[in-house]
Amino acid sequence: MDASEIIERRACITGIGQSEVGRRLSRDPLDLTLDACLAAIEDAGLSVRDIDGLSTYPGGMAGPPGFSGAGATDVHDALRMELAWSDSGLETPGQLGAVMKACLAVGAGLANHVLCFRSVWEGSAQRDKGRAGVMPGGGERPTMRASGFSEWSLPFSAPSAAVWIAMFARRHFHLYGTTREQMAQIALTARRNAAHNPKAIYREPLTLDDYFSARMVSTPFCLYDCDAPCDGSTALVISRAERARDLRRTPIRVEAVGSALRGRPSWDQFDDLSTMANRDAGAHLWTRTDLRPSDVDLVELYDGFAFLSMSWLEALGFCGVGESGPFIEGGGRIAPDGELPLNTQGGQLSGGRPSCTRPACSSGARAADARSPCRIPRSLWPPPAAATPAGACC
Amino acid sequence: MEQAEAPFRILPALSDRNRFFWTSGGDGRLRFLQCGSCEKLVHPPLPRCPGCHSKDLAPQAVSGRARVHTFTVNHQPWMPGPELPFVVAIVEIEEDSSVRLMTNLVGIAPEDAEIGLRVRVVFEHHPDADGDVWIPLFEPDAE
Repeated sequence: MDASEIIERRACITGIGQSEVGRRLSRDPLDLTLDACLAAIEDAGLSVRDIDGLSTYPGGMAGPPGFSGAGATDVHDALRMELAWSDSGLETPGQLGAVMKACLAVGAGLANHVLCFRSVWEGSAQRDKGRAGVMPGGGERPTMRASGFSEWSLPFSAPSAAVWIAMFARRHFHLYGTTREQMAQIALTARRNAAHNPKAIYREPLTLDDYFSARMVSTPFCLYDCDAPCDGSTALVISRAERARDLRRTPIRVEAVGSALRGRPSWDQFDDLSTMANRDAGAHLWTRTDLRPSDVDLVELYDGFAFLSMSWLEALGFCGVGESGPFIEGGGRIAPDGELPLNTQGGQLSGGRPSCTRPACSSGARAADARSPCRIPRSLWPPPAAATPAGACC
Repeated sequence: MEQAEAPFRILPALSDRNRFFWTSGGDGRLRFLQCGSCEKLVHPPLPRCPGCHSKDLAPQAVSGRARVHTFTVNHQPWMPGPELPFVVAIVEIEEDSSVRLMTNLVGIAPEDAEIGLRVRVVFEHHPDADGDVWIPLFEPDAE
């Protein structure tokens, strides 16, 4: 493919903002969203009048509680924006679909500066009901009837991705001999890194003994394999490269995105339950760049559940299929001073669900939303660097 | 086998497309749509065969035998339901291993669940004003 056809390369990240992040802030989620959006615009050295595009995941949704803090139209109107392009939606290549679409919009010339955001308030939405507070029925017997994918999961009391992804992990453990002791390194590494992130939800030390003493959620996942529902919002400004040069910060160029999903879009009918949808998105990513896994200095991989980061390591080719267990064993390789530092801000496991991103981190490098991978290739270090999302829906 | 005290379950919304599946247990048989043109089993139900696009689809009874493809022992009280802990599994049916069902394993201690286990369908009857439903669960297959 001719490089000029890869239009996401015409996009840059020029601003990052984040609201207050906490377990239960009891704040209006639109208020959190506007905090993040205005911070990102300010970070870029722009004003609201300069922003002519808007993109968000999953868009305005009434439920499940806390999953969406604000929709595109909420922010459009609240900031009295004058937009050339806007988009939101759930059926897109993963949470980073909103960022990919923003890159394509500026690459196609539909907009110059697109504001992207994601807000969650699942911590407050749970109230005092625990996790059941954001599940069907909110802790009581729901009166609903299930349809869509829920038709095939809710009748079996399996309402959570924790249960569905646990079954992918179990299949991987069965085929490749992967162990909980290996998987524990995802949570332990995240916690060690969170100690350096003042916005992280959990920063106190976590030991392997703590991990094995924790209550089980859905085997093989214990409490520490599941990320922390919380309240917060993260926003980015995605700009056309030619409009990015004179802004406040050194732009972060986007090198490539990957969006493929060739298997069935289903949690139970997907062809190989030891891999995931990231298999196809990861392979797609490398078809759009000359960079290779060996060029990558660090990885920020989605860790909503610990196994997901392992699955991404395989999907992106940092290790072979089935080899993520031995790859992370002992944690040395993925430590900050290892050959491939992982989830350097604490991931979602310790950083919190809206993203562990610390805007404009002190190294001078900036990482995008941690809900899906982004990376800073070695060949482009130090910045201007590339942040490369690959997204997938499972 | 019908259980006297079925746990609370969220029931599926019945439609012309899926009613046959969720009421199939009324006579104790598990059914899937089968394409009359290419004989492929189709699940979840669709108006056309995803392989050959034929509209000639009709429910076909299967043996009810299956194998555990993967599973998890759930300990988390997400919502009212079976007594904790319980097993959520994905089983592949005997006639076509690419056709899978998410289900619960019953008649087995959670610690005895394993991938590859042979299981067979057992229906849990849920009388309901919006239409009775038979939930397909799976138990170890002694044969």
